[in-house]
Amino acid sequence: MISKSLIVFFPAGYPSKEKTLDFMLSANADMIELGIPFSDPVADGATIQKAYYEALSSGFKVKDVFWIAREFRKRDSRKLVLMSYFNPIHSAGMREFVEKAYESGFDAILVVDLPFDEAKEFVGICRDVGIKNVFLAAPNTSEERLAKIDELSEFVYLVSTYGVTGAREKISKLAFEALKRAKRTCRKPIAVGFGVSKREHVVELFNAGADGVVVGSALVELIKKFGERAKEEIAKFTSELKA
Amino acid sequence: MRFGEFGGRFVPEVLIPPLEELEKAYAKLKDDEEFKRELDYYLRNYAGRPTPLYFARNLSKELGMRVYLKREDLLHGGAHKINNTLAQALLAKFMGKTRVIAETGAGQHGVATAMACALLGISCRIYMGALDYERQKMNVFRMKILGAEVVAVESGSKTLKDAINEALRDWAESFETTHYLIGSVVGPHPFPTIVRDFQAVIGKEARKQILEIEGSLPDAIVACVGGGSNAIGIFYPFLNDDLRLIGVEAGGLGIETGKHSASLYAGRKGVLHGMRSYFLQDEDGMILDTHSISAGLDYPGVGPEHAFLKDSGRVEYTFVTDREALNAFLKLSKLEGIIPALESAHALAYLEKDEELKGSTVIVNLSGRGDKDLGIVMEAMK
Repeated sequence: MISKSLIVFFPAGYPSKEKTLDFMLSANADMIELGIPFSDPVADGATIQKAYYEALSSGFKVKDVFWIAREFRKRDSRKLVLMSYFNPIHSAGMREFVEKAYESGFDAILVVDLPFDEAKEFVGICRDVGIKNVFLAAPNTSEERLAKIDELSEFVYLVSTYGVTGAREKISKLAFEALKRAKRTCRKPIAVGFGVSKREHVVELFNAGADGVVVGSALVELIKKFGERAKEEIAKFTSELKA
Repeated sequence: MRFGEFGGRFVPEVLIPPLEELEKAYAKLKDDEEFKRELDYYLRNYAGRPTPLYFARNLSKELGMRVYLKREDLLHGGAHKINNTLAQALLAKFMGKTRVIAETGAGQHGVATAMACALLGISCRIYMGALDYERQKMNVFRMKILGAEVVAVESGSKTLKDAINEALRDWAESFETTHYLIGSVVGPHPFPTIVRDFQAVIGKEARKQILEIEGSLPDAIVACVGGGSNAIGIFYPFLNDDLRLIGVEAGGLGIETGKHSASLYAGRKGVLHGMRSYFLQDEDGMILDTHSISAGLDYPGVGPEHAFLKDSGRVEYTFVTDREALNAFLKLSKLEGIIPALESAHALAYLEKDEELKGSTVIVNLSGRGDKDLGIVMEAMK
């Protein structure tokens, strides 16, 4: 699913579902991750928290994320990953939610606060329906857990550091150590996310063996700064990251 | 790890190792004689345990039943919270953690945490929703005097649930040096079990005391339920006895208004703060804002063991409104010379709503004292 891939993250509905679709189409990336705004995003730093809060305040509904995916699929064949906290999925009913996600064109689902030990039923449903799973791993994840995450995931989403999402000045040393370890243990590709915000981060991580890098908060900052005009900025920024 | 289908460990992967570390440390420590001796020492000599089981004669006469009050309001800090914070702070020390973080709503758990940390020489940071920070200035000041750093959380609804979110974010970064001292029977496993075990001292004492005084168990035990720590603390040692256990949630301005915190009564099953339980949420699973005159009950979820006890039918869960709690607050003050916390006033208010309790013997968990609520009550009486 990934190989030296640039993966970009957008919070759905920020500032509107139409704009999110525009941003996704204009991003020069290999894969797109779409986040469902949640009222209590414990794994996210201030930037994405605010984007989620604003999306919800301006009337975002979970069904809008399926609309965005369907519209995207009409025009674009790049892979789409749905990122969510568990409660919106739990609330909709797991099977109903997963079926909708599949039908609207998502290729995989990553549930931030659903570690694999709690995900047995969910993974079963995803397999049934035909949508892939992506699980998080962190620098402090044990070998044993890493192997299980590898087994269940289409690709492993390795969190670069301790803490939450958000642009950081440097990629932490932890990330490189964890990446080395994960490359040894896992057979699936590894994407590194959290704190990746600059071209040199991308280069460093690819050089260290990452199969993908995820850029999120840096794009959200662009949207915040440029609003309606962010589309061109996103195209430019992602092209620089990829160059 | 679970209470039936409730509880669990719904957290980002990075928090799994610290939760496992905590689980292991607790398993090792809970039966350790030295730990038990040390905790017992502080509970007696620092916090003021055992607390009396007081027969409220005037209130009993007024209500036509025998009412006993478990006087957790007499503890150091003015609430049951210190039972848990002393124990968890000792646990943190045992684990070699040099820093403690905690969330607080009204500030009672924050104050109790700051006290335990001052006592044991641990650095302490308290997260508090920005709205609560404004509403509870006195408790903020109290925590600061005790040496804690208090952070006003500006995200989301700026209340208790957001303070928990922020504490979890801090912990995801700082777990190597830091213990998250959660204040109620909520959160990912093993927190609901740890906090319940440390609060069960309330029920253990009450059981012994009522048997000594009455020679028999009571007919019912009543406690207020927010996250549910004081309630589970008094219920737990009575779960296998033949008596009624009644948990009283905050009905706020009335369930029909939507402005309340009765997650067991009016919520749906969901997942938040690491646990599967009942939550107040909209049709999309977004967590709703809550209301209660009592800041300590103002939380959109409830501990997973309560969710289990509701579904199993062992505990009855009900609610009283702000107005009813306020009346009970005034009644106990006048009749017994005891000003209860508004939280505890919810439990007291229920006594008048249940005809079946007439003529019976009841223990009410008086989980805290009401001095902290005088400003709110003064406003409400205008």
